[in-house]
Amino acid sequence: MARDFGIGASSKRREDVRFLTGKGRYTDDFNRPGQTHVAFLRSQVAHGRILSINTAAAEAMPGVLQVFTAADFADAGGLPCGWQVTDRFGNVMQEPKHPVLADGKVRHVGEPIVAVVAETLDQARDAAEAIEVEIEELPAVMDMRAALAEDAPKVHDDLTSNLCFDWGFVEENKAKVGEAFARAHHVTTLDLINNRLVPNPMEPRVALAEYDAAGDSYTLYTTSQNPHVIRLLMGAFVLNIPEHRLRVVAPDVGGGFGAKIYHYAEEAFCTRAAQMVGRPVKWTSTRAEAFMSDAHGRDHVTRIELALDENGKFLALRTDTLANMGAYLSTFAPAVPTWLHGTLMAGNYTTPLIYVNVKAIFTNTVPVDAYRGAGRPEATYQLERVIDKAAREMGIDPIELRRRNFIQPEQFPYQTPVAVVYDTGNYQATMDRVVEMTDYHNFEARRAESAARGKLRGFGIAHYIEACGIAPSNLVGQLGARAGLYESATVRVNATGSITVFTGSHSHGQGHETTFAQVVADMIGIPESQIEIAHGDTANTPMGMGTYGSRSIAVGGSAMVKATNKIIAKAKKIAAHLLEASEGDIELKDGKFSVAGTDRSVDWSGVTLAAYVPHNYPLEDLEPGLEETAFYDPSNFTYPSGAYACEVEVDPDTGKVEILSFAAADDFGNVINPMIVEGQVHGGLAQGIGQALLEVAVYDDEGQLLTGSYMDYAMPRADDLPMYQVDHSCQTPCTHNPLGVKGCGEAGAIGSPPAVVNAVIDALQRGGHDHVTHLDMPLTPSRVWAAMQR
Amino acid sequence: MYNFDFARPDTLQDAQAALRADDAQALGGGQTLIPTLKQRLAAPAILVSLTAIPELKGICLADDGRLCIGGATTHATVAREAAAHYPALAQLAGNIGDPAVRNRGTIGGSLANNDPSACYPAAVLASGATVITDRQEVAADDYFQGMFATALGEGEIITEVRFPVPQAANYQKFVQPASRFALVGVFVARFAHGVRVAVTGASEGGVFRWHKAEAALGDDFRAEALGDLAVEADGMIGDLHGTPEYRAHLVRVLTGRAVTAAA
Amino acid sequence: MSKVTLTVNGRTVTREIEGRTLLVQLLREGLGLTGTHVGCDTSQCGACLVHVNGQAVKSCSIFAAELEGAEVRTIEGMANRDGSLSVIQQAFQDCHGLQCGFCTPGMVMSAAALLQDNPRPTEAEVRHHLEGNLCRCTGYHNIVKAIMAASGQDVAMAAE
Repeated sequence: MARDFGIGASSKRREDVRFLTGKGRYTDDFNRPGQTHVAFLRSQVAHGRILSINTAAAEAMPGVLQVFTAADFADAGGLPCGWQVTDRFGNVMQEPKHPVLADGKVRHVGEPIVAVVAETLDQARDAAEAIEVEIEELPAVMDMRAALAEDAPKVHDDLTSNLCFDWGFVEENKAKVGEAFARAHHVTTLDLINNRLVPNPMEPRVALAEYDAAGDSYTLYTTSQNPHVIRLLMGAFVLNIPEHRLRVVAPDVGGGFGAKIYHYAEEAFCTRAAQMVGRPVKWTSTRAEAFMSDAHGRDHVTRIELALDENGKFLALRTDTLANMGAYLSTFAPAVPTWLHGTLMAGNYTTPLIYVNVKAIFTNTVPVDAYRGAGRPEATYQLERVIDKAAREMGIDPIELRRRNFIQPEQFPYQTPVAVVYDTGNYQATMDRVVEMTDYHNFEARRAESAARGKLRGFGIAHYIEACGIAPSNLVGQLGARAGLYESATVRVNATGSITVFTGSHSHGQGHETTFAQVVADMIGIPESQIEIAHGDTANTPMGMGTYGSRSIAVGGSAMVKATNKIIAKAKKIAAHLLEASEGDIELKDGKFSVAGTDRSVDWSGVTLAAYVPHNYPLEDLEPGLEETAFYDPSNFTYPSGAYACEVEVDPDTGKVEILSFAAADDFGNVINPMIVEGQVHGGLAQGIGQALLEVAVYDDEGQLLTGSYMDYAMPRADDLPMYQVDHSCQTPCTHNPLGVKGCGEAGAIGSPPAVVNAVIDALQRGGHDHVTHLDMPLTPSRVWAAMQR
Repeated sequence: MYNFDFARPDTLQDAQAALRADDAQALGGGQTLIPTLKQRLAAPAILVSLTAIPELKGICLADDGRLCIGGATTHATVAREAAAHYPALAQLAGNIGDPAVRNRGTIGGSLANNDPSACYPAAVLASGATVITDRQEVAADDYFQGMFATALGEGEIITEVRFPVPQAANYQKFVQPASRFALVGVFVARFAHGVRVAVTGASEGGVFRWHKAEAALGDDFRAEALGDLAVEADGMIGDLHGTPEYRAHLVRVLTGRAVTAAA
Repeated sequence: MSKVTLTVNGRTVTREIEGRTLLVQLLREGLGLTGTHVGCDTSQCGACLVHVNGQAVKSCSIFAAELEGAEVRTIEGMANRDGSLSVIQQAFQDCHGLQCGFCTPGMVMSAAALLQDNPRPTEAEVRHHLEGNLCRCTGYHNIVKAIMAASGQDVAMAAE
């Protein structure tokens, strides 16, 4: 039965009231006294040598305070990469310096070259136009395969080639995988592209920095998913500012989806410039700038091969992927095509032998990094597409083929051949659930009805698994992470019993202010309204790693549970004193401490008051006050999974695909707030369907971004999408975190692209276009139509 | 954007006077011009808004049966007020951009810009409408002169567009998924003396009439009458969203659909 | 510089403006009404949508100089007189029609314009109406549901 309070309740979001009344406080809503504005002169060419920069005219223009070039950042570090991958041969990846302002060369369209700080934004822009930059254009490195040629032009002159690394996983399995393919009954091969995407949170990035000369300290307001990470990266590696002199605030943030994890040049620029100019400096990205400076996502070119026996049992899997890094290594870029991708290639299946090769390549494009799902959508897409193709080739129903290969419930914990150990799951259950939700057994009747209207109807299914709740620090440390991936929480109980929780997680749409409060309220048994969740300011929250990788409730929530348990343990001691009972006899229920088996009790606020007004208090044994901090480092990833099904109709005259229905049956383990979880799935589905049907970032051969605005980059709109059916009733709770939760933020974006593509291929095949065995995303009308003409 | 002076005259005469200034630029609803100005792709010295001139706004039926639409009439107004007189035109207007854009964008602004993917040019050309300016009356066939090119002179203001109302008409728009402009749009209008078919979005030459289809449909106003008629892919626009072949194909498909819907 | 006098959420204000000053700049910078957001440069995202003389308008695509005497309503003027959420705002909260909140003011203003003209829209009409409002968080499902709920209708959903 639905709860109306605490864990499992669809509590309404408290943050909504400010957002619905225009009282949200986003970074661009902040202005500081004496604030100045920066305009960046960005490269219009993809690759070139900077011959000269003449800023004289700009410096003389009205309102201009200072003009900056790379020379002003000569003593600054490069924007750091937080993950070092070691290649197949034991060598570390090639890691170029990523300067704040282009130094010597420009390497992608949109790279900032010169920055003008002026009294007003218009003055800054006017002056930026007056700067003369002479650039010797060089051939742009655009195609990943061509970039690997011996004589290819190099993005970075100081590296040996455009190859960042050549990663093999599991390298020791390579020969055995080859043998398995040699003796397989059937091999299915598929070449595919995982299309390059632009994350596009609706709030463009903003950085506003100020410098306090009296205290020699800095404050940066920024649109970040992880303010502590920005403080660490920028302070320690770029600008050499110690943590205690640098405060980073990420207030209300209008969506992230990965794009706001990374430390960007504009943040470091504003922070340094605020000190040099002696006044606050603000930058607000235009959407055009966002397209050419926010890290892009995906962009893999893959060949995947699946070996099967005569019964359709998977024997081995082999993939060969080219992964675009862009011009520089963004903060977590190397982790995406490797550890967040290769480790998921087992999927939900018992495939015993897997070998993944990934070549990461520098090109003259915007850096590529994690976008909702990050590596796991790429893995899932390959796997679920090749399984569908294999099913067709072998004449086995695609659902049946998956069923024959699922890891069975009794096999958990399950050691995959690609390092990770799945703790729990029940894949057949989610598959059965989605089949039921979609009324699959009556599909043929619906198909016939569509056919009568001249439309081609298709059904597609995909199953996914992801690894989230990122991540065990010691493990990721071995894999190359240059950071720990724990989370923190401080629970501060006030004298009257109200509570402020300071979390290192960050909410930029996920509703933590509501869900985190539900958990604490549930544990103590007090109303949710008694609890406030504070986040996003390094000045008042403990060192935290922020929000990405569906980690907030699984890792941040666990830290909060740990801290709350410490609070409860101490409160019981106080209660025992007040009730003159033994600590072991104290029970906490519904916000009341009682002595077991008696009617003696003291309520929550009686205990909290005693903690701060310790007149009757065991001062010799216990400190006053009630505030605890905990750090939680997970012992494993969490493994949400689910089955997604999509039904489409293709218009054979135009190639237009319409999504008729989309059903998602997820296993997220325990669920804190079903309403919010369903909302997270909806959003993920829209992004996944967007990838499948609409979205793609396209560069031309010269490195110009052809999809640089919403005029050409197709964002999913309301009328592109259906009402979704979502279900999370199949629950196999996580066994290694205290809430039994798995995380739900990325799932929708991971499972949906292959479901959509499988449905369209199904529609085309059933419609007589047998030759169409694959189409690369996005399945635009023109692409689908052209395939039907072949 | 660059700065400029702003004039908001309330008579046509004052607008004409204001537009005689150096680097003056007329401003309709601004739904195309303002994004252009934001990109600093234009630098007018003065913008002359045409939105406060009552004589440029409104819809009426003339004595000769033609539907007269003031140059500064918004798409939303056309969608609402033309519905009773010329449903296909109202339906076209009601699907331009989005509701907020339709509340600002004007027919005169759209026609003066003549974007090759805009909807209105298809209606004007297929209807054989007359574009009336403060200087001349131009037949639709003479008005459109290629992408972003028209018969308008410097500072010339579209005061009215007069549409002969066809016996039957329909507009089929296949949207470009990002911009929601027409990837291809086909307007078919059947008059007592013949059929006119105008195509937008498809051609590198801007809006055009598909004469062969007009001839075929003039004899037999059914989609089947198009038979295997097709426009040449040569000269069609090719971009991210569709090849010339695809656009040529859509012209054929949408024409058939428009005829079916109109009949 | 010139002056413009207009009414914003019932309050008459006069401000100095440049020719190029957009309504959204006047609102955010001149009047401190930061509930109206800017999410794109091409007049497509709708985060800046407000009402001008009762009609939905993108405040990033209209000059302040056009608004002499106009009545402008923004998200800050949408709650009931007593400060409680209006029917539409409440429906957005009840249906979880928002996540990060950035597109939300534009969505609410767009929904209000729709329901003013069409008090009981179909689901398809709601989706079509939202053509000029982008949301990256919700997948629109709960926004559509909220608008239907605000119009006194329910969207039947098999999974619920």
